[in-house]
This record gives sequence, structure tokens and C-alpha cells, in this order.
Amino acid sequence: MPYLSTAPLSIEELLAEVAAPHSGGTCVFLGTVRDGPDDGGVTAIEYSAYDAMAEAELDRIVSETRRQWPEARVAVRHRLGLVAAEEASVAIAVATSHRADAFAACRYVIEQVKQRLPVWKKELRADGTATWVDPSGHPSMVGPQ
Amino acid sequence: MNRVAGAVGTVRIRFFARYAELAGRSEGTLSLPLPATVSDVIQRIRDEWPGTSALPAQPLAALNLRHVRLDAPVADGDELAFLPPLAGG
Repeated sequence: MPYLSTAPLSIEELLAEVAAPHSGGTCVFLGTVRDGPDDGGVTAIEYSAYDAMAEAELDRIVSETRRQWPEARVAVRHRLGLVAAEEASVAIAVATSHRADAFAACRYVIEQVKQRLPVWKKELRADGTATWVDPSGHPSMVGPQ
Repeated sequence: MNRVAGAVGTVRIRFFARYAELAGRSEGTLSLPLPATVSDVIQRIRDEWPGTSALPAQPLAALNLRHVRLDAPVADGDELAFLPPLAGG
């Protein structure tokens, strides 16, 4: 199942994927393109990825989540290409029997995505400039090894 | 001579995002004596491929679709990618 998509992300699709009779709590997280006061007029972000690795990494993250919360149903999508401000770049849905596990597992997925996913973003601004986003300020080691 | 078992390996190198811009290419292949590590590959391409000297000396690296440390060994036929600071989510 592909985790990466160039089309707008559908929350309904993710909810349908995780729905199950035994689930009592479903947690949805959306990461959206931001143009905050310190972001300098961001109109859109262009996402690119090391596609094959991003798919493999998301598969590993989902597997780890299911190992840690065996009853959890997990769905995740990451957007690629041009994403306008306010649109979702990442969407995660996790359904479990009880809400505490749903929140915890959903949090696990997004934190792992931020740390490990080989995805890059170029911020496009209203003044015509574009910059690569470097959240860390410097390269750092990630991953299990 | 590239076929001598254990002597020389060929590695597919990939660059992404800003690193592809700096290197002026998104991929290439490198033959080098084995055993060798990811660090050895970095040193070789920084010396031999124009543009790649602009890459950091210790970038994030992925070998065959997994994050690895720079002291990880490379083998013939591996795909080695250099990753700018990750910005997913």
C-alpha cells in the first residue's frame, strides 16, 4: 500500500481504513503547511522524497507501532509535490480499544515520521524566493543503528 | 578487473533535494576497493566528483533504504544515498 501521495489527503479514507468494531478511540493527527508570523509569507511547500526509502520507513514505523500496541489499527499518508498553506502534508489515524493508547500510538507515529522520514521541503514565498527547510540547523544521526 | 571477488565493489550513489543541487547530479556509480565504509565513499566522491565537495563531510546516509552510520561497510551492488537534514511531516 503506498503511503506517499501527490493528491490531497483524505481523512475519511484513513478513518475507513482503521475503523473496527472493537475500537473505542480513534486519534487523527494532521500536519499542515504553516505560514506563521515568523515564516516570512510562505504560500506553499514543495515536498520531495527518497520515495522507495520513505515507503519502506513508513512501513517499518507502522510495524513498530503495531508491535507496541498490538490491537492498534494504523493508517498514515504523506503528501508529496506542491502543498498550499493550510493543506495537510501528513495525516495519521490510529484506532484502539481505549483513547489513551490511540493518543500514544498516534504520537509515536508522527514523532518517528519527523525523525526518520527521508522527505524534504522547499518553502515558496510570496516574494518569489524559495528555501530548503533545515529543521535541525545541522545534520544529525537518526535511525536504529 | 572490476569482477575480482572481494577486491572491487560498485556502489550506486544517490543525492536528494539540496544535496542534488550542490552536487549537480542526483546519482552516479562509484567503483572502489573493498572492504570500504560509507565514510570511504564520501571521501572518494568529494575528491573525484566536482560539486560534491560542497556536501558536508559527515552527512546523513542511507544504505539500501535504511539509515546507517558512516562507519557502516558497503558491498558490491549497494545503493548509498546522502540525505540532507530531514524535514518530513
